[in-house]
Amino acid sequence: MVSRFKEALDSGKFVITSEVAPPKGTNLEKFLHHIDLLKDRVDAINITDHQSSVMRFPSLGGALAVVEKGGEAIMQMTCRDRNRMALEADLLFAYTRGIRNVLCLTGDAVPVGDHKEAMGVFDLDSLQLLKTIHQMMDGQDLGGNNLDGAVEFCAGAIVTPEAQPIEPQLIKFEKKVEVGAEFFQTQAIYDLDNFTKFMDYARKFKTPILAGIVLLSSARMARYMTENVPGIFVPQDLIDELTGVPKEEMLAKGIEIAGRTIAALKKDAICGGVHIMAIGREEAVPDIMAAAGL
Amino acid sequence: MKSITKQKSIEDIQEGLKGLDRIFVVGCGTCTTMTKTGGIEQVEEMKERLQEMGKRVTGSTVIPTACDDMTEVAMKENEQFIRSADAILSMSCALGVHRMNLYINKPVIPAVDTLFIAVEETPGYFREACAQCGQCLLGQTAGICPLTACHKGLVNGPCGGTNNGKCEVDKDKDCAWTLIYNRLKEQGRLDLMRQYQPPRNHHIVPKPRAVKIT
Ligand code: SF4
Ligand code: SF4
Repeated sequence: MVSRFKEALDSGKFVITSEVAPPKGTNLEKFLHHIDLLKDRVDAINITDHQSSVMRFPSLGGALAVVEKGGEAIMQMTCRDRNRMALEADLLFAYTRGIRNVLCLTGDAVPVGDHKEAMGVFDLDSLQLLKTIHQMMDGQDLGGNNLDGAVEFCAGAIVTPEAQPIEPQLIKFEKKVEVGAEFFQTQAIYDLDNFTKFMDYARKFKTPILAGIVLLSSARMARYMTENVPGIFVPQDLIDELTGVPKEEMLAKGIEIAGRTIAALKKDAICGGVHIMAIGREEAVPDIMAAAGL
Repeated sequence: MKSITKQKSIEDIQEGLKGLDRIFVVGCGTCTTMTKTGGIEQVEEMKERLQEMGKRVTGSTVIPTACDDMTEVAMKENEQFIRSADAILSMSCALGVHRMNLYINKPVIPAVDTLFIAVEETPGYFREACAQCGQCLLGQTAGICPLTACHKGLVNGPCGGTNNGKCEVDKDKDCAWTLIYNRLKEQGRLDLMRQYQPPRNHHIVPKPRAVKIT
């Protein structure tokens, strides 16, 4: 069984991925509902791994649920909570259960989350994890031992086109390409001019890049993100656009903005696709896609 | 190099001294004097606190450098006061506690928490500069230690949390990889940052660690 997501990337079509966060607890109802809602609409669904360092149902279990429902999963894997042995073991398990895509992340810092006294592991970093996956695909673990049965993953990484300063970020991006990242999903982008500039640079590396689209559900959220979330910049005209509509229409406006952005990216073939993150409003993803004319 | 410490809360100290009524207090003339956590003044204050708690202070001393072998001499000099005490309350860093434990067979209770080893970069500004990782990368990182200056100890470049050159955990702290990038750029050595750094060996000297120099 090969990665259907990888096939989509190779086909040259405009690839759509979205994202679902596992719940805090064992009630999977809403989570499974979101998977059902998206699995036939997008090329793959990312399952987040204790995002923002908040402990939740694991991404491995979440990705498994996607596969069991016949969907295509991208298992997010951070280096914050597991040492290299635990990461490798989870990759072995994931492979045997039909998970074929992994997004390698460093992981947010522990103190930003809800287990502030926990140890941040970071035995590997995102780059080393990517390389580990390639080594395991070649049949070897990080201890240099042969595996009885290798893995096969489409392994990707993230990049933050709005990072300040950008140069150190680009060096890391290039290192990720060198160790074999097969796709990139970006942090949220709103400033199309800046993203186009980034793509003019990034395109030459020939690794597909899916632009991160985070739904702006209110003017307050837009302001909060641009002021507080590293690597996110929401231009003032978008904030004004949201402020300009009554409160109850802000979500619709946010959907319109997201749809419009995706349509523009697709029309001018700026990047290989998009990664839509609705953060708690997964119900809106089909609407965003409709607004984008997908 | 300085051992950075923080005084434990008075409640914690009281808990540590539970059932121990006669106390001899030891400060240190080096690190805890610099950090104002265990110098002469703090030792005097502590004695007052102990008396308020109803303890008997049998005596006190501030050893010039509590972690070195002169501690034995200081312990001998104060032998009679220590002998009549139930315990020593140490206001030196943990290294001093270890030292004292070598020479006396009485409980040595720390009154401070040992936080990290630092260099004093500018007067009064102590920064952790090395975590003794056993695999020094300073030559590749323009003299900035990625293990201590980066919150996550990353060795291959910045995470996505860099915010205007600051670290995602604290807007007042510089992102180590912005600093490393800037300095390598100045030195014309950015190629070093492009090199892949393999996962680190956490057992270069397996714990427990010790070495005998002959
Ligand atoms: S890399 Fe950092 S922690 Fe390791 S020896 Fe060098 S200064 Fe110390
Ligand atoms: S923001 Fe910079 S210093 Fe902070 S964890 Fe990320 S790379 Fe390290």
